[in-house]
Amino acid sequence: MTNHTHQPLAHVKELSATDPRVKLIAAKMKKENYRPDALIEILHTAQNSYGHLPINVLKYISNKLHLPPSRVFSTVSFYHFFSLKSKGEHTCLVCTGTACYVKGAQQILKEVEKAFRLKPGEVSADNKLGVQVARCIGACGLAPAVIIDDEVQAKADADAIIAKLNSKMETV
Amino acid sequence: MNRLDLKTIIYAEKAKDQSNKQRHKICVCCGAGCLSSGSEDVFKKLQEEIKNRGLESEIDIIPTGCMGPCNQGPLIKCLPEYAIYQKVDCSNISRIVQSQLIDKKPIEDLLLFSDSRPKPFINAQEDPYFKKQMKIALKNCGHLNPEKIEDYLVHDGYKAFDKVLFEMSPEDVIAEIKQSRIRGRGGAGYPTGFKWETVYKYVSKQKYVICNGDEGDPGAFMDRSVLEGNPHRVLEGMAIAGYAVGASKGYAYIRGEYPLAIKRFELAIKQAKKLGLLGNNILGSEFSFDVEVRIGAGAFVCGEETALIASIEGKRGTPKPRPPYPAESGLWGMPTLINNVETLAAIAPIINNSGEWYSEIGTAKSAGTKVFALAGKINNAGLIEVPMGTTLREIIYDIGGGIQGGGEFKAAQTGGPSGGCIPAAHLDVKMDYESLTSLGSIMGSGGLIVMDESSDMVDVARFFMEFCMDESCGKCVPCRVGTKMMHDLLKKICDNKATALDLERLEELAVYVKEASLCGLGGSAPNPLLSTLRHFREEYENRISNPQAKSKTDLQPTT
Repeated sequence: MTNHTHQPLAHVKELSATDPRVKLIAAKMKKENYRPDALIEILHTAQNSYGHLPINVLKYISNKLHLPPSRVFSTVSFYHFFSLKSKGEHTCLVCTGTACYVKGAQQILKEVEKAFRLKPGEVSADNKLGVQVARCIGACGLAPAVIIDDEVQAKADADAIIAKLNSKMETV
Repeated sequence: MNRLDLKTIIYAEKAKDQSNKQRHKICVCCGAGCLSSGSEDVFKKLQEEIKNRGLESEIDIIPTGCMGPCNQGPLIKCLPEYAIYQKVDCSNISRIVQSQLIDKKPIEDLLLFSDSRPKPFINAQEDPYFKKQMKIALKNCGHLNPEKIEDYLVHDGYKAFDKVLFEMSPEDVIAEIKQSRIRGRGGAGYPTGFKWETVYKYVSKQKYVICNGDEGDPGAFMDRSVLEGNPHRVLEGMAIAGYAVGASKGYAYIRGEYPLAIKRFELAIKQAKKLGLLGNNILGSEFSFDVEVRIGAGAFVCGEETALIASIEGKRGTPKPRPPYPAESGLWGMPTLINNVETLAAIAPIINNSGEWYSEIGTAKSAGTKVFALAGKINNAGLIEVPMGTTLREIIYDIGGGIQGGGEFKAAQTGGPSGGCIPAAHLDVKMDYESLTSLGSIMGSGGLIVMDESSDMVDVARFFMEFCMDESCGKCVPCRVGTKMMHDLLKKICDNKATALDLERLEELAVYVKEASLCGLGGSAPNPLLSTLRHFREEYENRISNPQAKSKTDLQPTT
């Protein structure tokens, strides 16, 4: 923390150029002509390949786009979509939009929190499950909605969600 | 490709369509709602069934965009009879094919609304659900395959763009839009024609058109359905707007939460480029226009135009003070036109049918139609489009089928976290910009959440305040600190710990935040609170007069 050298992030491990995920990001940056205004698009690609945005990936992007690391970090931390931490192997995303709220999403969230002892934004110690909330996924006609591993569970019921998550975690 | 080549293609496609008129068509709703209920499996199973029966040459199966009644999904529509089947699953497909398509006998107990109406309509168009509606922005949404440009061309696609390019000057286009009296459908309701004219008047080498598809209001999914169900319509609107204001580049900013809308819009751009409807010297004219998609990354404030521009530039989405308005200095400092998805979807029909035609729909001050996303405690949750001025009662009871579980209507919330609620006493309010504003709510982008007596209005206000607190970008103090303080006070009331002084403070704070915030987020954040206070004040006071609460704090003023 106190090590203020001329090279910030000097301690961060460099990425391996042969990593297929790095190749994906490199290709995207090339396609966007290393334009700084394409930062958000590039971050989307990075998050899609890594699942989240590790700090060394951010350093790599900031180098390539000639942007200060602070600028990249401030953009990442601003948007909900980007995550600096792993989201877990399986994810349970509870929609807490207005329609879902009116139809009892809070109750579902409470029971999921209780069953797995995880609060929104937390990941289990074994990295198996992460619980998240979304402000609205736009599936309001099917409220309350929960997304388990990218699959929308329409008109969700807490018991069924918990059962589904348990079975997901058992089968690896 | 020049104009004639395109006409030849359209002519050939139309002839093909005409010769297929007699064929049966089965439209399978592949909108986000129905896909979540399993319409992809239904589509595959249907294909298999048709193949097994050797009917491929007689029946077309079309994956379409949203048909409307999302919570009855998956939906399939059989044409030309217009019979819609609800909650279709793989087990009853065989029965539907046999009965509807071969024996020509509709199965009444599987038809749309068969569980709520004494006798469902065989032709769904006769059902009050559809009869009361008027589809302009959503026209063809549930009819054509959104992934095929040919389908759009057959349904008069790009006809308006062609007309504009070769028969109208930019001034003519702007005059037509002004005459239609259409107002921005994103929420604020600024007259679209005037916005276009302002951008047109600025002289600049480079101008931009932005399609605002950052539909952030929780409880709203209109833009999503338009982008997923008829992406070419929005693209055509952008191209016409580009021609009118003199822009050569467009950006479609779409929420990252809508992957299907992004995929389909990108495909639409690719197809339009291939046919020469985007690119340099479009159809042999002088006009060049190109569109790029920008994916939102989940920030409600990015619906605000200056924040959205910052986000397209790859920065944190924080708003800037206006003026200068984006019309003068927007994206990279250039004159920029920003329109909402629904506004752009209405442009082509206005050009095709004339501004006068559009201006005659709706009310004196709010012309045209509005798409609403009906959700909450309502039977027929889904997507509807009605003429402006339709009453809330008609929307909830005639179209929405009434309150779910037979409960009592308590309030409808419009405009999301920037809006307010309409109580039962005002069920006959006309849904237009002015009437809603006079009740302390706003039209907003079109989310309409219905609440029954089980909803606690103080908690509803707290819910929205929590949302605004989380979404505040933090740039200006009144919004960043004010929303947090208001949320804490509301939480205190919800927990029965508040005093009368807290309520007084809350009301005072609401005014400060409203007046002093930099952008619309903070400026409208107190709306749900003020509106619930206006219509349901007793719910707040009941919490406060709670004797338990009084015993905890001493309220006596010290003099």
